[in-house]
Amino acid sequence: MDKLHQKTLTELQSFLRDGECSARELAEHFLQRIDADDQLNAFITVDSQRTLEQAKQADIDLNKNSGSALTGIPLAHKDIFCTDGLLTTCGSKILNNFVSPYDATVVSRLNTAGMVTLGKTNMDEFAMGSSNETSYYGAVSNPWKIDAVPGGSSGGSAAAVAAGLAPAATGTDTGGSIRQPAAFCGITGVKPSYGRVSRYGMIAFASSLDQAGPMTRTAEDAALLLDVMCGFDEHDSTSLRQDPVNFSAQLDKPIEGVKIGLPKSFFSEGLDAEVGDVVDTAIKTLEKMGAIIVDIALPTSELAVPCYYVLAPAEASSNLSRFDGVRFGHRAQEYGDLDDMYQKTRSEGFGDEVKRRIMIGTYALSSGYYDAYYSKAQKLRRLISNDFDLAFKQCDVILGPTTPSVAFDKNAKTDDPVAMYLNDTYTIPANLAGLPAMSLPAGLSPQGMPIGLHIVAPYMEEGRMLNLAHQFQLNTDFHRAFPEAYV
Amino acid sequence: MSSTSNYPGWEVVIGLEVHTQLKTNSKIFSGASTEFGSEPNTQACSVDLGLPGVLPVANLEAARMAVKFGLAIDAHINKTNVFARKNYFYPDLPKGYQISQMDLPIVGKGQLTINTDDGEKVIGVTRAHLEEDAGKSLHEDFQGMTGIDLNRAGTPLLEIVSEPDMRSAAEAVAYLRKLHSLVTYLEICDGNMQEGSFRCDANVSVRPVGQKELGTRTESKNINSFRFVERAIEYEIERQIDLIEDGGTVVQETRLYDPDKHETRSMRSKEEAHDYRYFPDPDLPPMILEQSFIDDVQQSLPELPEAKFSRFVTDYKLNEEDAVQLTSTRPIADYYEQVVDLTEADAKVSANWITGELFAALNNNDLEIQQSPVSTEQFATLLNRIADNTLSGKTAKQVFTALWNQEGQVDDIIDKKGLKQITDSGAIESIVDEVLTRCTEQVQQYKDGNEKVFGFLVGQVMQASKGKANPGQVNQLLKAKLNP
Repeated sequence: MDKLHQKTLTELQSFLRDGECSARELAEHFLQRIDADDQLNAFITVDSQRTLEQAKQADIDLNKNSGSALTGIPLAHKDIFCTDGLLTTCGSKILNNFVSPYDATVVSRLNTAGMVTLGKTNMDEFAMGSSNETSYYGAVSNPWKIDAVPGGSSGGSAAAVAAGLAPAATGTDTGGSIRQPAAFCGITGVKPSYGRVSRYGMIAFASSLDQAGPMTRTAEDAALLLDVMCGFDEHDSTSLRQDPVNFSAQLDKPIEGVKIGLPKSFFSEGLDAEVGDVVDTAIKTLEKMGAIIVDIALPTSELAVPCYYVLAPAEASSNLSRFDGVRFGHRAQEYGDLDDMYQKTRSEGFGDEVKRRIMIGTYALSSGYYDAYYSKAQKLRRLISNDFDLAFKQCDVILGPTTPSVAFDKNAKTDDPVAMYLNDTYTIPANLAGLPAMSLPAGLSPQGMPIGLHIVAPYMEEGRMLNLAHQFQLNTDFHRAFPEAYV
Repeated sequence: MSSTSNYPGWEVVIGLEVHTQLKTNSKIFSGASTEFGSEPNTQACSVDLGLPGVLPVANLEAARMAVKFGLAIDAHINKTNVFARKNYFYPDLPKGYQISQMDLPIVGKGQLTINTDDGEKVIGVTRAHLEEDAGKSLHEDFQGMTGIDLNRAGTPLLEIVSEPDMRSAAEAVAYLRKLHSLVTYLEICDGNMQEGSFRCDANVSVRPVGQKELGTRTESKNINSFRFVERAIEYEIERQIDLIEDGGTVVQETRLYDPDKHETRSMRSKEEAHDYRYFPDPDLPPMILEQSFIDDVQQSLPELPEAKFSRFVTDYKLNEEDAVQLTSTRPIADYYEQVVDLTEADAKVSANWITGELFAALNNNDLEIQQSPVSTEQFATLLNRIADNTLSGKTAKQVFTALWNQEGQVDDIIDKKGLKQITDSGAIESIVDEVLTRCTEQVQQYKDGNEKVFGFLVGQVMQASKGKANPGQVNQLLKAKLNP
């Protein structure tokens, strides 16, 4: 019963079901851990009264046996999701006073399932960053090494789950924002196919790339959450009309004969040897379990980073126009005319990285440059997608490292945006192609830092990917590793 | 020649952009109501407010209306059409961009035929695209501040862009009237220009007759009546010609029409023009229209003005002038046809009374036919009373005035005012006899061959009967008595 914070959702489920603990006890346990921690800065907002009220309702439902499989299980939401009546900042000063009047669809689906919200997690401002250092609410630390970054943009969610401040959290992934922090913090993170999960109420960064997903200890837990998160939403025109999913039911298939594609380009220049070694070992393990390894090529994926850094900022420059100080959020105290109000409000409200991307995006869409940048990047995006189509004729899933290195130290890359952007070189292609992808723990570096294994599956084939990850986790213990300081 | 004669040596080139507000119940990208005139910001939901995280969902009814228009002008319908973002900052534009259509509008090339002094003329329609309206900035009621009302934000608009095919202000007005009539016929727009449901921007340029390339154009905005369109364009033509004749050059710019001063003035030049940074809206997948959907809309098209005009000429034996007037708007045509259905009077007589008495009264009171205080039922009864000789033309006009003033029903008014026509030949005969006895001098003149006096005698009889004697019978009796 002690070490509740090291348990998986599946384990907590049975505790609740068997009456070994109540939803209230669970909530209190995690609230205490959140409260006790003064290192990570993983949360922006915690409202314990509200949390305990939700837990109380969950206990009532549990006692009546009227809840769902997830009733009473706590989780944290990335502060990018609008939560009714709760501060929703998106990591930005410009929303430092924004209390949302409605719930994001992801939030309401998980609420309806009876889950208990622990709070809102820290993140890179407007999800723009790979280290959680762009947050207006301060950087987040990596539970494995306090001086290191947790990754980003879902750094608060990753750190919270890794340190046992929450058994699970939501995240969002535009270019790797779930998978990269999951890899850096040694947890499991899934980015579903584009359109699987509603984007309604999820503050947009790059609409054609953004996708919400779960961040958990195991693939089994991720499947459990995805089963609730996925589904058509009439409020989101890009959400897919789909049958109810049941990924949990697809986990147990043996992986014998599954063809794993390895793109050479993901194992070459730029990859740290310690990461490569651990990933190689993981691949050998899968091979022993019966998987078949095939070499594949994703030639245009090399161009994914520049392609992404045209398209994502272009969409962001437009998406972020609504933060203008007129209707909600921060407005400059003193200003002259209307233009001055806009300029001061946005200059004060946005951080450097957000401003940089607004400028890049505005430039890319400007008349005279549109064809050279935006149109060309769109064409490239199609080529990258076509590469995956071809590759998946040879294999069932594609495997590689999630990141080129383990978590780097804070401030190491803040002055070099391009070095920071290259962190997402392995994760971005899946976003551009709209494919499901995930990161799962593959082991630790010699210095004891987590390393992530990256899986990409064909469109809408999350089940295949989760199955492989679950089988891997049944045969390994990497996902059980817990940072010393938080045991 | 109507087109260039006003400005000898010059040719005028005009294209119009017309914003029509579509009559959908809810907004184009949200479920909020489109009702006009509500308390500020009560008809704006989280999507219209552009709150963080909200997303647009296209209203299919707006697409249906756009297709209706497209089919009515024989336009190409883009079965795949794309919403794009037009980016600019303004406080009444909540998202910082307007969702519109750029490269693939829902309606492609089509055409409208207008009537000019020189006969029919075909005006090309370049495109018509769907977009959302912005809110309103209220500058008056707030000292040193601006109020924002977002009720209108997200109201669906169909922007109809013409080719630069018009050659005079009169042609532009004819096109605009035709368009207005069409969108109201189609019941996709209420056509209310005061409330801004039908707004027009005019692109105007001039060039010396014979010059191939177009002159530099200006765009005049904020023109919200037919009269203003004509005045704004004429002002702009004269301004441009004067400018060039004085050795100046026209600057490409956006100008604002001031209806109080009847002039246009510069709003922003080309250099100051926004770079709208259009790009496909990633929140909205391309809209795909199935052929079955288009067929369905085709089925639902009402009889269009041209078809109705031809039918009125053939079926009701109307002359062209009456038929044009009676088909100029759908409510007028409907009013006329209801009256024809309800009355025993001749269709032509009905037409005369509507284009005459009713139109005059509506004009004098600045009312639309939908607002007429005289219902079609009462109008039909009035015409019946003429047909059955209860009323003469003259007394019928008195009854019409009473009806207009809402003094009651036709038959009650006739009774109350004692206007029933005298058709009893005995009664008429005694009046005739009385007049003949009194006017011996005129009777003699008539007998001496002065037939003009006959009219005088009829008038005397009518006067003596207080206008109630049946004029036909009076004529007959007088003739019989004077020519035994």
